[in-house]
Amino acid sequence: MSFETAYSGIGRLDRLSYRDSAVHRLDPRAKVVATSLFAVAVVSFPRYEVLSLFPFFLFPILVAALGDIPAGFIARKVVAVSPFAVFVGIFNPLFDLSRVAIAPGVEISAGWISFASILVKFALTISAALLLIATTSFPGICRGLRRLGLPALFVSQLLFLYRYLFVLLEEAMRVVRARDMRSFGKQGTGMKVFVRIAGTLFLRTVERAERIYGAMLARGFRGDVPSMRRETFRPSDAFFVLASGCFFAVCRFVPVPRMIGRLVGGFTG
Amino acid sequence: MSHHLLEFKDVRFRYPDGTEALKGVSFLVTHGESVGIVGANGAGKSTVLLHMNGYLLPTSGAVTVGEVPLRKETRPDIRRKVGVVFQNPDDQLFMPTVFDDVAFGPLNLGLPPDRVRERVHEALRQVNALALADKPPHHLSGGQKSAVAIATVIAMKPDILVMDEPAASLDPKSRRSVIGLLNSFAHSKIVASHDLDLILDVCARCLVIRDGAIVADGPAHEILSDATLLAENNLELPLTLQGRTVREGARR
Repeated sequence: MSFETAYSGIGRLDRLSYRDSAVHRLDPRAKVVATSLFAVAVVSFPRYEVLSLFPFFLFPILVAALGDIPAGFIARKVVAVSPFAVFVGIFNPLFDLSRVAIAPGVEISAGWISFASILVKFALTISAALLLIATTSFPGICRGLRRLGLPALFVSQLLFLYRYLFVLLEEAMRVVRARDMRSFGKQGTGMKVFVRIAGTLFLRTVERAERIYGAMLARGFRGDVPSMRRETFRPSDAFFVLASGCFFAVCRFVPVPRMIGRLVGGFTG
Repeated sequence: MSHHLLEFKDVRFRYPDGTEALKGVSFLVTHGESVGIVGANGAGKSTVLLHMNGYLLPTSGAVTVGEVPLRKETRPDIRRKVGVVFQNPDDQLFMPTVFDDVAFGPLNLGLPPDRVRERVHEALRQVNALALADKPPHHLSGGQKSAVAIATVIAMKPDILVMDEPAASLDPKSRRSVIGLLNSFAHSKIVASHDLDLILDVCARCLVIRDGAIVADGPAHEILSDATLLAENNLELPLTLQGRTVREGARR
């Protein structure tokens, strides 16, 4: 993936978060809490569980549909970061060799099942996290975290990270472009040049930080970044948290797929 | 109204690396004046501006705003009176949304939330950017960023507005609207720029700085039509005073 496509991917995710939909309008706190509950519920399943995880896909699918987020875009992002999950689980099938029957007459090693479980859990949690970011503006998430009790210092750090991520990436993109235009093939793309570019960018960042600090002082900064409360926690937000919480609890403690299987079996048998 | 005065008295400043950037700068800006500061690159324009709100403190000499002498302890007070708009709006706009950014100053002044909201709306309306309130700065165009950067400072209701290259790298239309904006303010204004046409449009008085000292101070139209003085300072006549026509230029 080239630098510019990676950058435009982040930019698109950011733009999505400023749309207006039922999901976007929810209080950031509600979405942060629901997404956390979702992650806890998914991760708490035992390591050989695969089938029971599938009902959880309903949550990201519903959020994407109601939030008007293109599912394909989120899916591609999940695939793009999947190597991490693959590396975490890749050795399970080699080390965990006990045999398990998955259908009459078909036996595989338990390692494959735990590997599949890791991949499904990964796909669920990452897509939920991406959807949280795609349906909530980053400043909104930060305000939510702040009001949920995260220390002000961390929140300020996150806000500055968000504000200058794009400025810095654009600066880096310009430098990379300038290098590519004059490197005619491979000469300019070596490690040495890369290290120097990184050094230049670092120095520029330091200078910029100084100018920003000057601008902050000029407007009366004395060590605390003030912010104003804007969101109010409405009944619809409470309903969203409650409903998704109940849904997760049901999916976690009731073997839904098995019940469906029995139901279908009852009809056909 | 003496509280809108800004006075530099024999201000000298030496950067930590030994460079003597200001070698005795003196001038007085009175209430409601609009003053342009011009000069070659490295002449000391930015250093002068950075003294106006105490980001730098003079090595010797004195800066006085209203009746308050600039000292380390008086800086918060001075910053309330002198609003500085920096050259690069990306440095000026550091908060995640336009609203938060414009609210930053008023909140630091300790105003109650209602008043802050009022001030933000008023400032954004003044620069025609009310519709941008919820946008993050990186979704704005260059012209919009400049307008919002000015709003962040006027929301603090300073007595004196100081600007460093307010229209640099703007397209002609955005530049024109920034000029209109500046002319609509009754504040005392101090504008440093290489855009001499802008100075001519906005300022009644003009200072020329060379090598850390003021070499000329007078009515803008006189200073900016003195071709020799301008040439000595790496400047040239404003385009509107050059009297060239397109055909003449094309024929050459």
